[in-house]
Amino acid sequence: MTNRQRLTLHIPEPEARPGDQVNFSGMHIPSAGETRRPPIDGAEAQMRDLPFGLVRVLDDSGNAVGAWNPRLAPETLRRGLRAMLMTRAFDERLFRAHRQGKTSFYMKSTGEEAISVAQSMVLEDGDMCFPTYRVLGWLMARDYPLIDLVNQIFSNAADPLKGRQLPILYSARDYGFYSLSGNVGSRFGHAVGWAMASAYKEDDKIALAYIGEGTTAEGDFHEALTFASVYRAPAVLCVTNNQWAISTFSGIAGANETTFAAKALAYGIPGLRVDGNDFLAVWAATQWAAERARSNLGATLIELFTYRASGHSTSDDPTKYRPADEQDHWPLGDPVERLKAHLICLGEWTDALHASLIEELDGAVRAAVKAGEAIGTLGKSKPSTAEMFEGVFKEPDWRVIEQRRELGI
Amino acid sequence: MNMIEAINDALDLMMARDPDIVIMGEDVGYFGGVFRATAGLQKKFGRNRVFDAPINECGIIGAAVGMAAYGLRPVPEIQFADYIYPGLDQLVSEAARMRYRSAGEFTSPITIRSPFGGGIFGGQTHSQSPEAMFTHVAGLKTIIPATPYDAKGLLIAAIEDNDPVMFFEPKRIYNGPFGGDYDKPSRTWKGHPGGEVPEGYYKIPLGKARIVREGEALTVLAYGTMVHVAEAVLADKGIDAEIIDLRSLVPLDMETVEKSVQKTGKCLVIHEATRTSGFGAELVTLVQERCFYHLEAPVERVTGFDTPYPHSLEWAYFPGPVRIGEAVDRLMKD
Repeated sequence: MTNRQRLTLHIPEPEARPGDQVNFSGMHIPSAGETRRPPIDGAEAQMRDLPFGLVRVLDDSGNAVGAWNPRLAPETLRRGLRAMLMTRAFDERLFRAHRQGKTSFYMKSTGEEAISVAQSMVLEDGDMCFPTYRVLGWLMARDYPLIDLVNQIFSNAADPLKGRQLPILYSARDYGFYSLSGNVGSRFGHAVGWAMASAYKEDDKIALAYIGEGTTAEGDFHEALTFASVYRAPAVLCVTNNQWAISTFSGIAGANETTFAAKALAYGIPGLRVDGNDFLAVWAATQWAAERARSNLGATLIELFTYRASGHSTSDDPTKYRPADEQDHWPLGDPVERLKAHLICLGEWTDALHASLIEELDGAVRAAVKAGEAIGTLGKSKPSTAEMFEGVFKEPDWRVIEQRRELGI
Repeated sequence: MNMIEAINDALDLMMARDPDIVIMGEDVGYFGGVFRATAGLQKKFGRNRVFDAPINECGIIGAAVGMAAYGLRPVPEIQFADYIYPGLDQLVSEAARMRYRSAGEFTSPITIRSPFGGGIFGGQTHSQSPEAMFTHVAGLKTIIPATPYDAKGLLIAAIEDNDPVMFFEPKRIYNGPFGGDYDKPSRTWKGHPGGEVPEGYYKIPLGKARIVREGEALTVLAYGTMVHVAEAVLADKGIDAEIIDLRSLVPLDMETVEKSVQKTGKCLVIHEATRTSGFGAELVTLVQERCFYHLEAPVERVTGFDTPYPHSLEWAYFPGPVRIGEAVDRLMKD
């Protein structure tokens, strides 16, 4: 051995664990309006600072400022707020339904509602979203029937997916919502293929895909970006960086070394880093990327910087690996509260209206759950067992038919 | 026509019939494929219908699944079946399950073409026969032609099929049938009835086996290159065997198999793939389950060994005439 220092293996650790004082003061948060907005047809080479900025529109007082301000009509803002609140109300009640034994599993998207709702509203009918399991807001913004969600979660006789899928792995083609799968990341490349098909058909539709920051470590992330870049696919590729992949903090996915938006640099596509708790910023950045895609200028990678306020799923207890009060200290706040403050600032909303809207939405969710319960909760009602054998192929082959007969059907 | 030309012809014909068919894969575009299966297609149909892909099997199959969800009928190529594994997640978790999990909202009418099988000194990563990995997956179909005529008709049927199809092409017999004797000069498809490929559209339904030779003494179940090896060995031994080319592993033509074994009372299964949990195990089980009271001898299988495919020891590994002959002798003893 020379006197050279011995090697050490670096294992990233989060700033705070259970019992520790939460301290986000080291996090650099650019102020609202600070990050510039280039023209949509700008050259990628002229945008390489953007992945290290943070597109923000709403300032701390609830004002919309800067070049990214999408200048939305109050009516649009209220629609967005409504869909976000609906998402939250639904999450709360169905999480409880799990605790009451009415279903086997649930996942909330608390704290991330601005992302799916704003993006759902920006994209058009005919565009396709390739979701993760945490973008319920997409469906809420498009008024997907609550009862269909409830029936899917209860896996009952009226489940649109015939009891074949784990709760919340929805499929809603008519709402631009692609079939979910439990395999993380495996649909990120489908969005690119779908977008390539749209381009091949000389259509005007675009694809939007989500992947969590933890899943960016999967090969699917690299594959999708490579194909998107090579074929200039009209796709908006989004990383929802909510800081946590189950118990694993984002540093284990590489966040301590660079931003997820900066991964775009290596593929030669624009990368935007966006305040994911800022409805207006998400809207503006998505609109920018969607216009770019529609103008045949190719794909954009958007990192949506947010915080997973809830546990990973009903099977998870986040107090085992992070401080219980971490979300209260999250510097980008709560997306619902921030949009509400903005509307109040505009004189277009009040606390009273807000409270009565929450009450109305909770009533709607309660009614849907009740209607679902009337059909049956998990195990109390099921689709016909014959459904198990349908849809393996378009037409079942003899094995499937014989196996069905084994069950006497 | 040789098998490459038959495949090329099927692709050409189907692309002309259906604008939703696109071909992508490594080197399939300008160059026309490392085996020439897509030669001339880019020039004829344009770059956006036949194009080169990055070297990424997961990406190729994943993009194809997305294209199919949109409404296209992609026919991706994986250069060698040995390289399909990075795309397994896409095939198993996505393509195979799309129709089922979405209750039919999304489907995957994709045909994955891939050269497979040994006998060409391809060593470990140019010789494998991974069909059992796919026959085990609910929602995938697996097709393996043994002649140019079948290759064209089956590929057309596979492309038209509304479910994902694994289409494995035995590359040892791309240019001519192979009887298993590597010392004999290689033959071409010229003069072989399977090499007579009609012009124009025809299809062979998936799930229908072909009786290569009718016989009374023994049923031989094979597919791909092994069909020709079986034919040569049994002709050489002068045994009145019934040789069945399965052509389609999933869906399987069990009716033809059952009828034959019930007639002959004896069954030999041959495949190049490794033995344990290979497709032969499924065939043997099915024959046991359905033909037990007709069997006059234990069902035999001759397969590749449970080792990686070796290079210089290829002909010791390959289930050739000697090993097949011994199995036939055992079966015919009584």
